[in-house]
Amino acid sequence: MTYPENLRYTKEHEWVAVDGDTGTVGITFHAQKELGDIVYVDLPKAGSAVEAGKTFGSVESVKAVSDIYSPVTGEVVEVNSLLADSPEKLNEDPHGDAWLVKIKLSNPGELGGLMNAGDYTAYLGE
Amino acid sequence: MPKSLGKIRPHLTQDEQLLFEMSSPGKKGYQLPELDVPAVDAAAALGAGNVRAGIEDFPEVSEVEVIRHFTRLSTWNYGIDLGLFPLGSCTMKYNPRINEAVARTEGLAWAHPYQPEELSQGAMEIAAVLEQHLGEIFGMDAVTLQPAAGAHGEYTGIMLVRAYLAAQGNPRKKVLVPDSAHGTNPATASIAGYEVETLKSNEQGMVDPAVLAAAVNEDVAALMVTNPNTVGVFEENIVQIAGILHEKGAQIYMDGANLNALVGLARPGDFGVDVLHSNLHKTFSTPHGGGGPGAGAVGVKKHLEPFLPVPRLKRIGEMWSWDYDRPQSIGRVRAFYGNFGVLVRALAYMQAHGGPGLKNATIDALLNANYIRARLEEHYQIAYNAKSMHECVFSDERQEKQGVRTGDIAKRLIDYGFHPYTVSFPMIVHGALMIEPTETEPKQELDAFCDAMIAIAKEIEANPELVKTAPHMTRTSRVDEVTAARKPRVRWTR
Repeated sequence: MTYPENLRYTKEHEWVAVDGDTGTVGITFHAQKELGDIVYVDLPKAGSAVEAGKTFGSVESVKAVSDIYSPVTGEVVEVNSLLADSPEKLNEDPHGDAWLVKIKLSNPGELGGLMNAGDYTAYLGE
Repeated sequence: MPKSLGKIRPHLTQDEQLLFEMSSPGKKGYQLPELDVPAVDAAAALGAGNVRAGIEDFPEVSEVEVIRHFTRLSTWNYGIDLGLFPLGSCTMKYNPRINEAVARTEGLAWAHPYQPEELSQGAMEIAAVLEQHLGEIFGMDAVTLQPAAGAHGEYTGIMLVRAYLAAQGNPRKKVLVPDSAHGTNPATASIAGYEVETLKSNEQGMVDPAVLAAAVNEDVAALMVTNPNTVGVFEENIVQIAGILHEKGAQIYMDGANLNALVGLARPGDFGVDVLHSNLHKTFSTPHGGGGPGAGAVGVKKHLEPFLPVPRLKRIGEMWSWDYDRPQSIGRVRAFYGNFGVLVRALAYMQAHGGPGLKNATIDALLNANYIRARLEEHYQIAYNAKSMHECVFSDERQEKQGVRTGDIAKRLIDYGFHPYTVSFPMIVHGALMIEPTETEPKQELDAFCDAMIAIAKEIEANPELVKTAPHMTRTSRVDEVTAARKPRVRWTR
């Protein structure tokens, strides 16, 4: 698996793609592979506040329920409605169509603490 | 013989239709007498909106069909009375029949919670003696029997911590939970209004005192620790762990899910625990295969006693009485006095064993788990090298090389006539196989299980496909659990 260069990654296996002051957040290919078949995604409502390093939702697979940690601090401006009826998209396209939420960043400086694709690949190899 | 006549044995093993499918219009299992009062128009009496003409697809079957349907289904069960139930973390020990006889004693089975105290002295005495015994086993100063099961006990325990800290002026913000914990621990902390912080286990599967020390500060209310933990390993630094928390004014909560490894050998109160729960239905042997009822007794040290749920037992002269005048109590956590029938069975179990007997049971539980570990270690990868207590946890990493995972091995085990072990838990183990035999298994049964596990390991080497497509001997094999979870159909439709 090659991890996209335009994303930033967390140790908890989330990614964020930044466009202007908005970050699109998802879980990584590795995360969905470890979770197995995903059956339900619990996401916050638009307008809720999220904090970097804190949970904002959960992903339920056949195996387990796992928290999702936000890579960034800010306000949720959009939630991916695709996942309510088609949670399997998260297994199929975790870095693309199956993004989770868009967050208006209140502290873009946090991005510096995240891993790039190379670091993340090395982290997975450890 | 034509298949339609091959009835004698196949009748019991043929697939069973749903009652809906057996239904045929007009069949019924009752007869009503002729109406001997004037008929009332239900729609006129109740309003047309409250009356329905019929129930769509309501099954119509005769009495004998219902009886046979459920009796046949009951023969499909696997239970502890049939064989080993190695479900790790669940302590599926045999439940002695004497417990049932005692719980069915007329005065106990028919006791009503609204009976006056003077007519309930026997039941109250049972609760009082059980509290004393549990206090002794736990090494704690006081015990409540109210919580209905384990997770409820956890919730009660953490609410006691919250009340205690709040009484000192600050309930604090966080509860620490190791990454090996049962999911109920973080759920409990969260429901009790705490933020959950996960602690990474060390390479032996234990809480790392250095990691803990770095995480504990004035915001931490408690650590929830299971001992032995979910990889079946005793937290050997537990005294140091308790010290680290107490130094910062935090409490140590012990999840007693694995108390079966400690009874009579070590007391949580002696190694610094402030509050714990015990699943009486597990350690003290009451049937829980069908999901309960359970009992989650909670033991506390003296400083938490004022906060215990009301009512508390109180001795007035020669009589037991219920004390509701406990101003610092967190209040009731359950109607009446707990799942009394389970409490009676637990006490019967303790008294039948006596102290030395309970200790022997614990030693046998440790011996059985270690016997399985010793026999299987050559064929399956043990998850952590630290000594096993009452259960042993393997990883499927050797079998994964053939494309076979823990869930496949569990399904193949069904073909060998055993209930599967616990699959894929704890999460910190790669493809966990969690096996807890308990003390009640004879050596022959343990050997039959180990032989089956070893045979499966060899099958995986020779023919992994056989295991990946198991079970082969059951009425249905692999069901589509993914679609069932993604698009659940909770109502039968034709």
